[in-house]
Amino acid sequence: MNSPFKAVKMTDHVWWVGAIDWNIRDFHGYLTKRGSTYNAYLILADKVTLIDTVKAPFREEMMERIASVIDPGRITYIVSNHSEMDHSGCLAEVIAAVKPEKVFASAVGSRSLKEILPIEREITAVRDGEKLSLGNLNLSFMETRMLHWPDSMFSYLNEEQVLFSQDAFGMHYASLERFDDECDPAILAYEAATYYANILLPYSPLVQKLFEKVTAAGLNFRLIAPDHGPIWRRDIGGIIERYAKWAAQKPTDKAVVVYGTMWHSTEKMARAISEGLSRGGLHVKLMSMSEAHRSDVMYEILGAGALAVGSSTLNNQMLPAIADVMTYMKGLKPRNLVGAAFGSFGWSGEAVKQLEGILAEMKVENGGEGISVKNVPDDEALSRCYDLGITMAEKVKGRR
Amino acid sequence: MQRYVCGICGYVYDPAVGDPEGGVKKGVPFEKLPEEWVCPVCGAAKDEFAPE
Repeated sequence: MNSPFKAVKMTDHVWWVGAIDWNIRDFHGYLTKRGSTYNAYLILADKVTLIDTVKAPFREEMMERIASVIDPGRITYIVSNHSEMDHSGCLAEVIAAVKPEKVFASAVGSRSLKEILPIEREITAVRDGEKLSLGNLNLSFMETRMLHWPDSMFSYLNEEQVLFSQDAFGMHYASLERFDDECDPAILAYEAATYYANILLPYSPLVQKLFEKVTAAGLNFRLIAPDHGPIWRRDIGGIIERYAKWAAQKPTDKAVVVYGTMWHSTEKMARAISEGLSRGGLHVKLMSMSEAHRSDVMYEILGAGALAVGSSTLNNQMLPAIADVMTYMKGLKPRNLVGAAFGSFGWSGEAVKQLEGILAEMKVENGGEGISVKNVPDDEALSRCYDLGITMAEKVKGRR
Repeated sequence: MQRYVCGICGYVYDPAVGDPEGGVKKGVPFEKLPEEWVCPVCGAAKDEFAPE
């Protein structure tokens, strides 16, 4: 077989055999501007082991990469670290093609894989801390429930100190460079952060618990091999440090102002609030939802100290684009924010109250009374908006 | 008091701790939690829980 798709060597026994998705731009609501990769890994131990598979349309690419180093029929074990279909999509077909001796997953994974895929045979459930012998090498399993699915787990190749971390430490970045030291650090910094903000943020307390557990176990990592994006080889300490920082959700001097407007009135209020926030010493990101994407808003929310949300009222509701971003944001559970709502209205004006309700559900600290203005805001109204910015900034600075 | 485990994500409800974020003070036994109470980690309903 002479395919252009080759495996990439990571250590004496571990190879990357995944697929590169250059063109994907929407990942269930997350805008992936740089495409992505689905990483699968091959361990050439006495018992040849495949860690995860790839999204279904990319199965042949993965099989060809595997074939560049070994006959896929020699795969003895398959391990599923995560049931989501960008990693399990072709698992049934791969099982049928290579006929492995055993397929392993977490207790939840062993059930969920059979619920979502046409897999008839048994999947062996492994427990947290269980060690699997691959003959000359040993693979340990670590349950990581809700990071970010109930079935999620990590695998750790003891002798070579490689952590297979499925989605954790990953990013949506399509590249032919496979290792962090080969990539532009600015791209890695951005993509890792936006990935955390859009996928892992609500599970921050679990990330902190996991770090305590791993530190107590005294594990060392030579490589961290996630299921998306580059493999961490040089800056392992750096990405772990950043995860700890993001999980702690300690607010910074950053404010995010998100708004929707119909005839520029709410926009004028948004600009006045922004000026006030800046005058109060915060770094402001002003985002109009006609232009910004919800996943870009979440990137800015990561680490933010203040959130101001504004909307006109359309048919007694907040604008649909605002309902969209607030639903998305609420699910991602950002913490330690000071917030307020604002908006211009024509006659009924329900939006500001609705937004305040959402902010309360999100446990956002009240940064100031919401401002509702009929029609076009005059100087007095804009002055109140400016003052709201100042008040919110004082609250943020006062907490630090 | 009996602790209960979420069958979906493994979170343990401990009456000694309660669920402060969910507005539940400590000392509330699992049976006394409101029907609409959900797992604070993954949102699973009460009927997904089992005694530890």
